[in-house]
Amino acid sequence: MTFSSKQIKGGLEEYKGEWSTPQITHLLKRVMFGAKPADVNYFKTKTLSQSVDELLKPQSFPEPPLNYYNTSDYTDPTGIALGATWAFAAYGDGTLNSKRRNSYKAWWLQQMFYQGRSIHEKMILFWHNHFSTEADTVSDARYLYKHHSLLRKFALGNFKTFVREMSIDPAMLVYLNGNKNTKTAPDENYGRELQELFTMGKGSDSKYTEDDVKAAARVLTGYVVSALTIDYSFTPSRHDTSDKTFSSYYNNTVIKGKSGTDGMLELDELVNMLFQKEELSKFICRKIYQFFVHYDLNETVEKNVITPLAEIFRKNNFEITPVLSTLFKSQFFYDAQLYGAVIKSPLDLVIGNLREFDVIFPNPKTEFVDVYTFFVEVVRQGTIMQQSIGDPPNVAGWAAYYQQPIFYEAWITADTYPKRVQYTDTIVTNGITRNGKRIQIDVIAFAKNLPKPNDPNLLITDSIALLYKVPVSAERIEQLKRDILLSGQSSDYYWTEIWDTMLVRPQDTMTLVKSKLQSLYQYLLSLPEYQLT
Amino acid sequence: MKRREFVQQSISGFLMPALLSGFSVKALGNVAKNQSGDENTLVVIQLNGGNDGLNTVIPIDKYGLYKNARSNIAIPETSLLKISQNDNIGLHPSMAGGLHNLFMEGKANVIQSVGYPNPNFSHFRATDIWNSASDANQYVYNGWLGRYLALQHPAYPNNYPNAQFPDPLAIQIGSTVSTALQGPVSSMGMAITNPSSFYNLVQNKVEDAPDTLAGKELKFLREVANQTNLYASSIRGAAGKAKNLVTYPNTNLAGQLKIVANLIGGGLKTKVYFVNLGGFDTHSNQVNTTDTTTGTHANLWKQISDAIKAFTDDLKAMGVSKRVVGMTYSEFGRRIKSNASGGTDHGAAAPLFMFGDMVNPIVLGTTPDIAASVQTGDNVLMQYDFRSVYSSILEQFLCMNASWKDDVLFKDTFQSLPLIRPQACGLTPVVDLDSTGEYIYNYPNPFQQSTILVYTSRGGHNLVQIFDNVGRLMDTPVDGLYPEGTYDMPVDTSKWKNGVYYARFQNDSYQQIRKLMKHG
Repeated sequence: MTFSSKQIKGGLEEYKGEWSTPQITHLLKRVMFGAKPADVNYFKTKTLSQSVDELLKPQSFPEPPLNYYNTSDYTDPTGIALGATWAFAAYGDGTLNSKRRNSYKAWWLQQMFYQGRSIHEKMILFWHNHFSTEADTVSDARYLYKHHSLLRKFALGNFKTFVREMSIDPAMLVYLNGNKNTKTAPDENYGRELQELFTMGKGSDSKYTEDDVKAAARVLTGYVVSALTIDYSFTPSRHDTSDKTFSSYYNNTVIKGKSGTDGMLELDELVNMLFQKEELSKFICRKIYQFFVHYDLNETVEKNVITPLAEIFRKNNFEITPVLSTLFKSQFFYDAQLYGAVIKSPLDLVIGNLREFDVIFPNPKTEFVDVYTFFVEVVRQGTIMQQSIGDPPNVAGWAAYYQQPIFYEAWITADTYPKRVQYTDTIVTNGITRNGKRIQIDVIAFAKNLPKPNDPNLLITDSIALLYKVPVSAERIEQLKRDILLSGQSSDYYWTEIWDTMLVRPQDTMTLVKSKLQSLYQYLLSLPEYQLT
Repeated sequence: MKRREFVQQSISGFLMPALLSGFSVKALGNVAKNQSGDENTLVVIQLNGGNDGLNTVIPIDKYGLYKNARSNIAIPETSLLKISQNDNIGLHPSMAGGLHNLFMEGKANVIQSVGYPNPNFSHFRATDIWNSASDANQYVYNGWLGRYLALQHPAYPNNYPNAQFPDPLAIQIGSTVSTALQGPVSSMGMAITNPSSFYNLVQNKVEDAPDTLAGKELKFLREVANQTNLYASSIRGAAGKAKNLVTYPNTNLAGQLKIVANLIGGGLKTKVYFVNLGGFDTHSNQVNTTDTTTGTHANLWKQISDAIKAFTDDLKAMGVSKRVVGMTYSEFGRRIKSNASGGTDHGAAAPLFMFGDMVNPIVLGTTPDIAASVQTGDNVLMQYDFRSVYSSILEQFLCMNASWKDDVLFKDTFQSLPLIRPQACGLTPVVDLDSTGEYIYNYPNPFQQSTILVYTSRGGHNLVQIFDNVGRLMDTPVDGLYPEGTYDMPVDTSKWKNGVYYARFQNDSYQQIRKLMKHG
């Protein structure tokens, strides 16, 4: 089914065209959270190929989430000190666990905000949407952190090993009842989603059967989760030792039932069987395409992009990086038709905005309690805009990535859209205050980094080049300049004068410049154009 | 191309003119007929996750079989709530004082075993099927209520709101609009979480969006912004005009219904409200093992039952209860046999509740068939197609012209079920439910290579569907118009596996199910 009439030219051959701001911001806004002016300038000194290679390098593992929640009234009952990590500690109790979940979510968004020049954090979010689990359901914050570590470890790694590890990940075992899946009462939950959502999908060539769901469930019987070790273990007496026969879709594969701890070997056979299917490689490439490029999987896309990418995926033994490298270097990806064609997810909007404007937070080493507290608010902003990190709505992930025909439009409703604008208004004009500290966009600092901020025309067009991926009419720019920067005056010099004066005698015009710039950026961020990426 | 195909295919705006002219002819032709029922308002409660119907409406007449199939989660017979309409069923004890009272007052009904042929067990696909009202193998990307509203308002969203329709056509309480409200061109619903507080968006000049992929999204964003601003004042106005007159429980669903009552009481002319409640995917620990009348599922139904009670009391106190009907639905029921985790896996048909002054307070259908040696895969067989329920609500409560059925539901053969009191749309009751006779049987039974179905038509449309024990449609030997009379239809059963099958006979509004046995 085709949802748009637009066809994009070109395929996966390497893009050889211009490499400057439009192409660089397109790439960075899709594979990172927002395009920081400093990063845009950095990649201008590299070629496309060098840039993509650098962006595909994994980041080193961050420090785990911390206890920021000890106060004069509350002490972690398991003895974890303020500033130490709780990720490997004893469970404690429900109250503590909910504080840790807050810590976990705030920590996760910090990783996004402080990301290096890498796709790594975006890929973790991609896999979070793919292997969706809900913190609310999994509950134990330590399982969540362990699950997150798995996403992080394999974000740019081997998908086959990833699927194997995911099948016995404690959070996943809890979330899809793998820990309750026994020979006397097979629970089909994971066996179903493993095929429907994680590997095979529901495309027209995906023809696994209900009996395959049941057979996969029986293969995966016997795993349990231990809150003491924060790990899975295998209980042979709970494992179904009979043979599991799959349908003709899987070439009538029989996985021989095994007893004792050999029962665990059946998982490898199951994974091998799934990875024999070409459809798996296509399904994953389609998901990558819809997350990073565009939702419309029409015949041209299927032929020029998905099929050859899937072949690369298979040839590279299911390593994900070669697929991403080909895609992000391709002629197809840089077709200007795709610029701005995606509606930002809430996290793209909020984290991207904080990064693009280089909003300064308290020192993450010495003032980590304040930093966590601010990021709890950032988590809340994402949540009210319907992207709660760690808590997608269900096992299929966020509707924006699968709900036909609306896809990304699912983010925008009469309820969520005003919340987006309320956020950008606040971060520009008043900032967010916690514990007597404030985070806010520094509009003057942002303008100072532009090439020629004392020219009101260039100030606006250069800002738009960084912030928008869609063109703005000359009339609109003229109107913005006249109404906001020139206060209705007709001469550009009015702005140039107050800007230049500010640089030498800030006390004279800084307040004026600041209020004009705040009006300008508040307006730019509130227009629909800013919702596109 | 039939208009219905337009509805299915026109996803982007470019088919708009053709769609418009097709719709407006019909819409104009119906203005006069649609006078009554103008104020009728439908409230849909979506239960996400797949509600376990067998533990919601418990079959008293098959209690032994029920208990046998799910001994670890069965609700004790003594705790079931009996209702005056029907001795064969008992309601879950958590409905005491709430939904149970509504049944006793004649303000609720239940339709047993609502589903569709070839049930899908994926939450997402099954939800799409229910919301789009498609067949199991048909992919439709808009919703039943969205299509209905788009037929009534073919130009929407252009020039909306206007003097005649100043209020949103449909409201979703929450942040995400249900796909059931998705129209062929745009969503017909508006999402709100707080009717008295709106944040104003920048009003956009109507400016040409570029003819690119981004331009399409830009146009969409501008539309949402403008509509949000325009509707904000009517919603705020309605919310300020009325006050909730009863105390609602402090629960998620009650909070949503409280907003709905507030808006209806305040005079909003919105036709459809959507609310939802999640948590029904009870694969494990559905009940407390020490007392199966308590636990996750019991808490959910207590929440629903109490919220509906407060809502209907409030509507009554505000004097608007006659114009409001509510319904519940879930993407599927659950398996007949429980699992060892104290839960139930994804299943098929399930009961559907309706409530309000205008509902016909009956129990429709018989209790589901449960095998003595129940298999893991056994499902509750559908007695009523969910689209028959939609069709009946559209015609009998939203007063939709019968000729629209084909456009809204893709078929005009869905049964008209007696769900609503005839005066809601000024209709005359036509439904005659004679459940005493035998209208379908077969011989031989059990059989081997073939069997002969004998069915008795009272004239009109006749349909015979044959299902296996999990709900898969095996055959549709009869589907057409047959004059009054008795007919034979031989069925080749040579390729069937041994086991239990069901022949579902439907003759217009009436249907009956015959159990078939194949022996080797």
